[in-house]
Amino acid sequence: MFLIKPLAQFGRYLMLMRSVFSIPDRWSEFFRRYITEIYKLGIDSIAIVATISIFIGAVITIQMVLNIMSPMIPAYAVGLATRDVLLLEFSSSIMCLILAGKVGSNIASEIGTMRVTEQIDALDIMGVNSANYLILPKIAALVSIIPILVIFSMFTGLFGGFLVSVFTQMITVTKYIYGIQAMFNEYYIWYSIIKSLVFAFVISSVASYYGYNVKGGALEVGKASTDSVVISSVMILMLDVLLTKLLMQ
Amino acid sequence: MIEVRNVIKSFDGKTILHDISADFYAGKTNLIIGQSGSGKTVLMKSIVGLIVPTSGQILYDGKDLLTLSHNETRLLRSEIGMLFQGSALFDSLTVLENVMFPLKMFTHKTLKERTKRAEFCLERVNLKGADKLFPSEISGGMQKRVAIARAIALNPKYLFCDEPNSGLDPKTSLLIDELVSDITKEYNMTTIINTHDMNSVMGIGENIIFLNKGHKEWVGTKDDIFTSDNEALNNFVFASNLFKEVKEYVLTQKQGHL
Ligand SMILES: Nc1ncnc2c1ncn2[C@@H]1O[C@H](COP(=O)(O)OP(=O)(O)O)[C@@H](O)[C@H]1O
Ligand SMILES: [Mg+2]
Repeated sequence: MFLIKPLAQFGRYLMLMRSVFSIPDRWSEFFRRYITEIYKLGIDSIAIVATISIFIGAVITIQMVLNIMSPMIPAYAVGLATRDVLLLEFSSSIMCLILAGKVGSNIASEIGTMRVTEQIDALDIMGVNSANYLILPKIAALVSIIPILVIFSMFTGLFGGFLVSVFTQMITVTKYIYGIQAMFNEYYIWYSIIKSLVFAFVISSVASYYGYNVKGGALEVGKASTDSVVISSVMILMLDVLLTKLLMQ
Repeated sequence: MIEVRNVIKSFDGKTILHDISADFYAGKTNLIIGQSGSGKTVLMKSIVGLIVPTSGQILYDGKDLLTLSHNETRLLRSEIGMLFQGSALFDSLTVLENVMFPLKMFTHKTLKERTKRAEFCLERVNLKGADKLFPSEISGGMQKRVAIARAIALNPKYLFCDEPNSGLDPKTSLLIDELVSDITKEYNMTTIINTHDMNSVMGIGENIIFLNKGHKEWVGTKDDIFTSDNEALNNFVFASNLFKEVKEYVLTQKQGHL
């Protein structure tokens, strides 16, 4: 019995996605909104991505020095391990979890507010496909900007570790630089990007779904935005396991 | 003309509209009145197709809305203008862009033509000099007027207003009522207005449908209201002492004439 409600909800989600993925009424309007969303969802997230990545990159490096350094292991292993943690998990999964909070709540509350103030009804009454008009540019924007955010996060994370090597005596700069280049596997980056594309779709579509289906007022908008963050975070974690199993074997 | 035939609407087994049939005429201000929660918004949204009725027919000049094809519905939509209770202006667009929006989505006019039409509509609702402002920067009355301008941008045949006066002071309410009434006459539109404002009822009620708990209780004009002995209608309309006195006054006047 407890499965029926989530299943019905998933069905409604799929139906919403069907109206989202149709041909836009006006391409010019779609591109205008797409560019706006790139700014709002992508460019505006760069600061938070940079800040978090630098600090986490630094912390990972410090932890690696403290925990794996021993006479048995070469010093450059610190750089190597830091790089792999960033490339494999942090810059895609953890970054997307953070974006689920920032971007997801933004999308859900914006669309939810449009719902409760009848702006969506106003679009529908004009004969505009409101789901397509509002949601498609957001999904397209986040999915297309996410690889850039991921790669940017990888670089800033590695830069955080570099700062540790420069400003502390924990590891020398040369060894760190050597470490982050050692045994580099390009596929890790593709793996991260593929994961992040899926996560970006989950974040934007789930948040849009919750916003689009708000009933009531401001209170419900807040609740929808929280729900969307919780659900998309859980989905990201589950898909992370699934995709890692599929892509890394 | 819009005809509503035996419309029933239930949400999760709870019936909100009970077998409503009503006619709304072109060139007239048709009012749907009733207490809050009586189903006015649900009825209006059913008529415009935002809500699909559980059963019944909705005829726009003889064409049944519910059996139209996708393209026919789109065409009909372009002939409908609607003014929402909270104005529902797009808050990311300026006043001018809001009015231009339907033109952009549904016509192939050039930017210049669109701007001209939008400015004409804004002038028609007596709103000038606010073009560049955002909805959050103007008063409630002005927002209503922008919403009217947006609703009439495509020259609609059918105009719907859900509580156009809610949240407005009496004087602004009067102006909005007059505006809607004038526009209706000017373009011979079929206008339907939801209201529980007695000033509107007495001012522009040419064809009034009174809803009571989801039932159509009474139909008539503003003059008929005074002579009606429908209990629910009297309880609703003459709830305030002022209107009670007005009624007594009008009735004694009428008797004097006889
Ligand atoms: N989408 C909906 N789902 C369930 N009930 C609804 C919905 N919309 C309206 N109702 C109910 O219908 C009744 C009439 O509402 P409404 O038409 O908004 O009244 P009003 O006359 O004030 O405009 C209310 O009891 C409301 O709770
Ligand atoms: Mg209402």
